[in-house]
Amino acid sequence: MRAVSFQRLALALLLAVLAQPGAAASEVNLYSSRQEKLIKPLLEEFTKKTGIKVNLVTGKDDAIIKRLETEAANSPADVLFTADAGRLHRAQALGLLQPIQSQSLEEAVPAAYRDPSGHWFGLSLRARPIMYVKDKVDPATLSTYEALAEPQWKGRICIRSSDNIYNQSLVASMIATQGVEKTEEWARGFVANFARRPTGGDRDQIKAAAAGQCDIAIANTYYLAGMLNSEDAAEREAAERLAVFWPNQNGRGTHVNVSGAGVTRSAKNKDNAVRLLEFLASDEAQRWYAEVNHEYPVKPGVAWSDTLKAWGEFKADSVNVAKLGERNADAVRLMDRAGWK
Amino acid sequence: MSTAVTDIPLAPPRVPTGRRRRVSAWQTAVVALTLLLALPVLVVLGYLFNPSAEVWAHLANTVLADYVRNSLLLMAGVAVGVLTLGVSTAWLTSTCEFPGRRLFEWALLLPMAIPAYIIAYTYTGMLDFAGPVQSQLRAWFGWSYGDYWFPEVRSLGGAVVMLSLVLYPYVYLLSRAAFLEQSVCVLDVSRTLGAGPWRSFFTVALPLARPAIVTGLTLALMETLADYGTVQYFGVSTFTTGIFRTWFGLGDSAAAAQLAALLMLFVFALILLERWSRRQARYHHTSNRYKALPRYRLQGWRRAGAVLACSLPIVFGFLLPGAQLLQWTLATAGRMVDAEFVELTLNTLMVAGMASLLVLVLALFMAYGRRLHPARSTAFAVRVAAMGYAVPGAVIAVGVMLPFAWLDNTLDGWLRAQFGISTGLLLSGTLAALIFAYAVRFLAVSLNAVEAGLGRIRSSMDDAARSLGLSPGQVLWRVHAPLMRGTLLTALLLVFVDVLKELPATLILRPFNFNTLAVRTFELASDERLADASSAALAIVLAGILPVILLSRSISRSRPGHHHAA
Repeated sequence: MRAVSFQRLALALLLAVLAQPGAAASEVNLYSSRQEKLIKPLLEEFTKKTGIKVNLVTGKDDAIIKRLETEAANSPADVLFTADAGRLHRAQALGLLQPIQSQSLEEAVPAAYRDPSGHWFGLSLRARPIMYVKDKVDPATLSTYEALAEPQWKGRICIRSSDNIYNQSLVASMIATQGVEKTEEWARGFVANFARRPTGGDRDQIKAAAAGQCDIAIANTYYLAGMLNSEDAAEREAAERLAVFWPNQNGRGTHVNVSGAGVTRSAKNKDNAVRLLEFLASDEAQRWYAEVNHEYPVKPGVAWSDTLKAWGEFKADSVNVAKLGERNADAVRLMDRAGWK
Repeated sequence: MSTAVTDIPLAPPRVPTGRRRRVSAWQTAVVALTLLLALPVLVVLGYLFNPSAEVWAHLANTVLADYVRNSLLLMAGVAVGVLTLGVSTAWLTSTCEFPGRRLFEWALLLPMAIPAYIIAYTYTGMLDFAGPVQSQLRAWFGWSYGDYWFPEVRSLGGAVVMLSLVLYPYVYLLSRAAFLEQSVCVLDVSRTLGAGPWRSFFTVALPLARPAIVTGLTLALMETLADYGTVQYFGVSTFTTGIFRTWFGLGDSAAAAQLAALLMLFVFALILLERWSRRQARYHHTSNRYKALPRYRLQGWRRAGAVLACSLPIVFGFLLPGAQLLQWTLATAGRMVDAEFVELTLNTLMVAGMASLLVLVLALFMAYGRRLHPARSTAFAVRVAAMGYAVPGAVIAVGVMLPFAWLDNTLDGWLRAQFGISTGLLLSGTLAALIFAYAVRFLAVSLNAVEAGLGRIRSSMDDAARSLGLSPGQVLWRVHAPLMRGTLLTALLLVFVDVLKELPATLILRPFNFNTLAVRTFELASDERLADASSAALAIVLAGILPVILLSRSISRSRPGHHHAA
């Protein structure tokens, strides 16, 4: 009879769920909002070197943090890895991370890109400069993010939605240096210059600019780098129509955020966790970031990919990235008020 | 000559006095189960008692009006879209004869296998300003930006089209099942009385099928309200994007939960509408005499029109996006398909299989409990438990995570204090927690189908079986289950396909080293590597197609009087 076979199957499947394999002897458990494809090769390298098995769950930053928070002291996670500093700061504020002392980490990661007390460490930099269409914009007319609110840019700017953390961090960095009021005034002018309602992701802004819908796109550099090194000829062609302009070089510097990691308060494999962090800050791992992902390594002196070299050195915003997290909610509200969809 | 009887309210099955105790045990179990399944939703609603007036004032002053307006417009648009596409194609394929009808019967279900966010990615890739279509137009006519008008894909209208294209199969499926189950005699009578095809449709078939159509519509609209991927990608601010923005951007989970609670009010209104529409009249067929229905043989422009009407949804809802995915996949498969990819696929199939079985058992149990005991309290409990369908997966996930972690940590603390044993997390971060979340999220799908199926079985059947000495459970297994085999399979497969596509809850709740195809697709797509994401996306579509075809065949077979040789 049909019903019986359903029941048997259900029971068998339930048993299969409960019979999960036990924990390996030497391992480290990682909660990550960096995507699997972007870290897995590094983790495999780590396992090969140390014999420590890495267990991984990926997810969106806030959801991962929420999971860590609800699981509390019993959480299996040893390391929290996120794609931006704001979230690391939030995890720290919630008491989910513990400070660690590691000389090699402190030497590898400059002070602006880590928590002073050692709760978390930046591991790669993501810069968000201005990108302009080469045959339409004279770079001499570009200067700062602030200047993009001027009327000469009316209908010429492409940028994605304010739902996105990169834009939230960018605005948060402006609030951190010039306060809410001035930033809001800027945002109103900036939004008035949009060529279209914000849609799509960073690559879409670059493509729209290349296709002629706007003259300027704001996007993270590794997207442009990814397109320049794409297998798809159309993508390469689109990306080649744009150039990078590093804004605010005479002032606070170009906006950067980090991806980074910290050891959780509940860590049961703390030593392994520290070893993993140290590995991620090593020359070998840092070079991988620069060459494969086209992100900027945090560690000074590590070689860049040719694409990154071609864009040249730049001055990065020196405000400690932790500030971006503190100002994030203010930034979202400000963008709501300014009508940045 | 047999007739169909409408508008006769039927008394609930009479219960022999000696069995009253067992029935109330059944009822107690149903209420307990619904409470468990409603727990995540209740946890979210619980945030209502923790108001954050200041955030609300900000939302009300800036974006709330947009959320409400866009959500309503989206629902209205999708309702029109899915009804037009779903009912017309269901009627054509079940009562008319035209070239390709057999093919259309199952092919019309194919778009269901494509997740809304994936169809959104593909159409954006094709129709965006920088995409091949517009670039080609510009190359041909020498236009540049601003010289010409082209519909913007990433807009509210675009979202309506995308969602309608992948959600109309719900309406098609349920209304077609209803058209097919309609006693042939009813239609025969209407024909012998001289009603033409159109009149038969509007005065007889459509009213008879109304409960099924409304059920399909409700599912489509709940899915619309819970959609995050599409509207977020299109930059349309709805309740769902608002919830995420408030939670993640403003870091205010209480206000986010309150938005979610407000969203649930929408859903509640929908559910009431559906109930109301069913309560208006009860439709049963009293006839058990069937014969093969002579189909309307369409000629001339009618024939062409029918072929066109059935082709369009398939071309735009499946073939075009499928071709785009295939093209991307061919370009990237060498890099993207490896041993790990096979594991992903197996994981996905396994978890979808487990969840859909569990949900079917739960739905059957609950729907039958309601039939045994049509008390207000049971009905209400079942409704609340089914609300999970319209709640965004991420919100459900948090609703699951909080009570599970609390239970685990409390148990661990107690055992430590009493016996010095630490159990750690028993449930949190296991597949069991994830499958529970699927059950909460997709119960409504299964429940609606099962209830519709049970509703078509006259309660006199129950009475007869009970008077012959069967217990309620035996009635369910020996009488109802065989009668509704098609319905049960439908319920099973609908959930299976939904779990295949599910993303946000999977992302938050899954155990270590466990990925699904949807997770892989999302990760690559959110990194804006659409071409790389396409192999996983195509695998979801392919894994969804087989159940969809099975489903369609089973419906054709379930038709009373259907010739099996056909």
